[in-house]
Amino acid sequence: MKWILLCWMLLSPWVSAGEAQPMAEDPQVEARLVVIAEELRCMVCQNESLSSSHAELAEDLRREVRKLIRENKTDAEIKTYLVERYGDFVLYRPQVKPLTWPLWFGPFFILLLAVWGLWRYLRLRKNALQAQTPLHHEQAADAVAKD
Amino acid sequence: MNKKFLIPLGLFAALVIFLAVGLTRDPREIPSPLVGKPAPDFSLPMLVGDKPFSPSDMKGKVWLFNVWATWCVACREEHPLLVEFSKQSRTPVVGLSYKEIQAQDQPNGPLKEAEKLQLARERSLRFLQRQGDPYTLSVLDLDGSVGINYGVYGVPETYLIDRQGVIRYKRVGPLTPQILQDTLLPLIQTLEAS
Repeated sequence: MKWILLCWMLLSPWVSAGEAQPMAEDPQVEARLVVIAEELRCMVCQNESLSSSHAELAEDLRREVRKLIRENKTDAEIKTYLVERYGDFVLYRPQVKPLTWPLWFGPFFILLLAVWGLWRYLRLRKNALQAQTPLHHEQAADAVAKD
Repeated sequence: MNKKFLIPLGLFAALVIFLAVGLTRDPREIPSPLVGKPAPDFSLPMLVGDKPFSPSDMKGKVWLFNVWATWCVACREEHPLLVEFSKQSRTPVVGLSYKEIQAQDQPNGPLKEAEKLQLARERSLRFLQRQGDPYTLSVLDLDGSVGINYGVYGVPETYLIDRQGVIRYKRVGPLTPQILQDTLLPLIQTLEAS
């Protein structure tokens, strides 16, 4: 019984794999499509990439991207094609341009600000510590005795 | 004396303000890169007649380009407003019937182009006869390729195109009386005056 079950378990993925539909005629086009579409946003379901979305528009856009791949367009050209129509929002990785500078460099700016703040704080503390006159031995002994 | 405890409080308040402003914004409203650019050219069959229509036919006119479909619920919502607009204004409204024939309309495999065209015409005309026809003319974009060139991602969408054929405004989603009064009509007036 165990063996039958094991055989069945081992075979089942293979059996279902045989049922899966081939995605498209050309696996090379498909491979490139997946790479490009991972980087693009589906405008209908905004948190899904173009490669994973089941929205009809995503299907149409994949068809369009396939067409562009067959026309030997570069990745950059294909992305530009979509940005020209749908705007920068289709790109998951925003372009570096003045409008997106705060996005790209803002965190580093805040980090620098924090480092500067830390440096200032440490310097002030050091000065404050140096300003305190250290206790003489007798005074220290008195203080301990009082406790 | 020591007001340092105010710093995290201030930061928190700033964060709350940012989030509150974020909540009031519609994530579907994405600025279209097409505004200020020439309307993409196309040639599509009209709903009535055999001649194709192209945006260049509208050169010299300020016109509205409205993307719709009979299966689109939000378009039905918008429809009475468009009908009202077409009665009161002389600005032409061109309709783009977007992917009228969907997958569920073809249960026995894809229809032939001619069959699709005929079915789309029948359904669209029936709809317009019942609900009123705000369109000066309508064109049929069966495979949605013109829609892609116009960056359509949520029907209904409306474009305002000027005399030179440049897109001056785009609205994603149904038009509302408020948008019509506050944005569209003043813009049409300025464009028609120039």
